[in-house]
Amino acid sequence: MSTLIAERPTAAPATARKAPKRRLRGESKLHPLVWVFVVAVMAFSLIPFYWLVNTSLKKGASLSQGELFPSQPTLENYLVVFQNPEFLLALRNSVIIAVVTTTVALVFASFAAYALARLKMRRKAMILTLILSVTTFPAIAIAAPMFSIWREIGLYDTLLGLIIPKLTFALPLAIYTLTSFFKEIPRELEESAYMDGATPFVAFRKVILPLAVPGLATTAILVFISVWNEFLLAVTLTTSPEARPVPVAIAFFSGTSEFDQPLGTISAASVIITIPLVILVLVCQKRIVSGMTAGAVKG
Amino acid sequence: MATRTISPSRGPAKTSGRDRAERRLALRMTAPSLVIMALVAAVPIGYAIWLSLNQYSVRTAGLSRFVGLENYINALASQEWWAAFGQTLLFAGLSVSLELILGTAMALLLNLAFKGRAVLRTVVLLPYAIITVVSAITWQTMFQPNMGLVTNVLSMLGLPGGDVVWLGEHGYAMAVIVMADVWKTTPFAALIILAGLQVISAETYEAAELDGASKWQTFVNITLPLLRPAIVLAAIFRTMDALRVFDLPFVLTRGANGTESMSMLAYTQLRENRLVGEGSALSILTFLTVMVVSVIYVRFAGGNIRDVAKEEQ
Repeated sequence: MSTLIAERPTAAPATARKAPKRRLRGESKLHPLVWVFVVAVMAFSLIPFYWLVNTSLKKGASLSQGELFPSQPTLENYLVVFQNPEFLLALRNSVIIAVVTTTVALVFASFAAYALARLKMRRKAMILTLILSVTTFPAIAIAAPMFSIWREIGLYDTLLGLIIPKLTFALPLAIYTLTSFFKEIPRELEESAYMDGATPFVAFRKVILPLAVPGLATTAILVFISVWNEFLLAVTLTTSPEARPVPVAIAFFSGTSEFDQPLGTISAASVIITIPLVILVLVCQKRIVSGMTAGAVKG
Repeated sequence: MATRTISPSRGPAKTSGRDRAERRLALRMTAPSLVIMALVAAVPIGYAIWLSLNQYSVRTAGLSRFVGLENYINALASQEWWAAFGQTLLFAGLSVSLELILGTAMALLLNLAFKGRAVLRTVVLLPYAIITVVSAITWQTMFQPNMGLVTNVLSMLGLPGGDVVWLGEHGYAMAVIVMADVWKTTPFAALIILAGLQVISAETYEAAELDGASKWQTFVNITLPLLRPAIVLAAIFRTMDALRVFDLPFVLTRGANGTESMSMLAYTQLRENRLVGEGSALSILTFLTVMVVSVIYVRFAGGNIRDVAKEEQ
C-alpha cells in the first residue's frame, strides 16, 4: 500500500498526508484539557473490556458481589466454555461461514469492482446505486421470506442456508470498498499492458490484481468482521446447534449452562471470541482504517 | 476528484472495437455479483410482499389464504407497531446524534499530532472489532444490579442510579442500549469524519490565520462547513444501521420494557408466533421506513450525496 500511495500521481494524497503535520498547531504540547479528553476517550474505549475480562475470571460470591478486581481469579469459566460442545460447534460454524462467504464475495466483487472502477460501461451510475441500495436493506426484509423459502427447499438450519444470504450483504460492501482501491492504481500500468498487446481481462489479471492485493486484504478483513458479527439472519435461519454460529450461541448461552450464575461463563466465551478480532485490529489497524474510509470522503 | 482530472485519458489511439470489447467484458464481470444480489435480495423481497398479502402460518403447514392488505391494516392499527416504530426512531435519533458529536470530537483529536496518537487510534478502534452480541453482554454485565461496575461505582460514590435495575425500566434500559451502540460504532463515524478532515487543505487554514480568525471561529466557519459531506455520509451510514437495530435490544432486554425495535417485532411474529404473513408485512414496513428515511436524507443533503455518486462514476 505504501509504495502505491507514493507512486500515485495525484495531488490529493499529498495533502492528505501533510494534513496531520499542518495541524501541529499546539505542537507536541497539548492543552491539559485536551489530555483530559484523550484519557476520557481511552477509558471509555477500554473500561468495558476490562469489566468483561474481570467478570470472566470470577466465580460464585466474588461474581455476585461485583468486586472491582477478582480477589480469587479462576480460569474455571474458560474450562467450562471449552468443554461445551455447543460452543465448539458454533466456533466451527462461524469459521466456515465467514471464510467461505469472504472468499466467494472477494472473487465476484473484485470482477465487478474492476469493471465499475475502470472499464467503459453503460448505466454505471445506476448499477452502483443499485448495489449500494442493497446495503441499506434491513436484514429482516430478507430474513422473513428466506425463512419460508429455505424451509420449503431444505436449506433452513444449514450452513449453506446462512452463507447465501450473508453473501448478498457481503458483496456490496466488498464491491464498494474494492472499487475505491482499484481507482487508486495508476492507469499508466494498464496502458502499458495494452501496448504490449494484452486484452483488458489479461491486464486486470496479470497487472492490476497483483497490485490490488493490499486492497483485497483490507476488504477481506472488513467483510470477515461483518459476516462474523452478523446476527439477525443467523438467529432467524437456524434452530439447532449444528448450524448456529457464535453470536447466536452466545446469545442463547444462558439457557444451556447448568450454573446458577452463567454470567461468568458467558463472559469467558465472549472474551475467547473477542481475542482473535482484537489481535486482528492491533495488527491490521492501518488496513482497517483505510478500508473503512476508502471512497467515503474524497475531494 | 483530483484523481480524475490528473489521470491521463485513454488517448486517441483507442478504437471503437476495443470500446465494445471493454463494455462486453464489464458486463460479464459485473453479471455474477448482480445475479447473486438479484436472486438473494430482490426475489425474497418480492416474495415477502406476496407473503405479506396472505395469511400464512407455519402451523397451517403451507396453507395460505390471500387477505390483501389485511396484515398491513392490522399492523398499522396495532399499538405494538407504533411503539416499535417510535422506539426505533428514538434509538436512532439519540445514538446517531451522540455518535456524530463524539465522532467529530474524536476525529479532531486523532487529527492532532501528539505523542501517543497511534496508540489512541488503535484503542479507539478496538470496540469496532467486538461483535455486537458481545458488546451487549459487556454492557449488561456493567449495569447488573449490585454486581456491575457502573452500579457498584455509583453506589460507592453515593450517587443515584446505584440501586436501579437498569435493564428493568424503560428509560434506563434505553440509555444502556444507546450507550452500548455509541461505544461500538463511534469509531466508525470518527474515521469517516477524520478522512474528511484530512482532505481540507492547509492553505485554507493559513488564510484564516492570516485573517486573524480565532480557533473557534476557524472551527465554526471553516472546518465544520468543509466537514459537512463527511458528517452527512457518516450520518447516513449510521442511521440506516440504527434503524435496523436488532442484536442490542435482543440480548439486553429481549425487547422487554418497551425497547422492542421494528426488526425485533417482525422477528417475534415470524419466529416466535409463527405468523409468516404478519411477520412479512412488518418486515416490509421496516423496509419502507428505512427507505423513506434515506430518501429524506437525499433530499435534505442532496448536494452531498450527488457529489458522492458523481465521484463514483
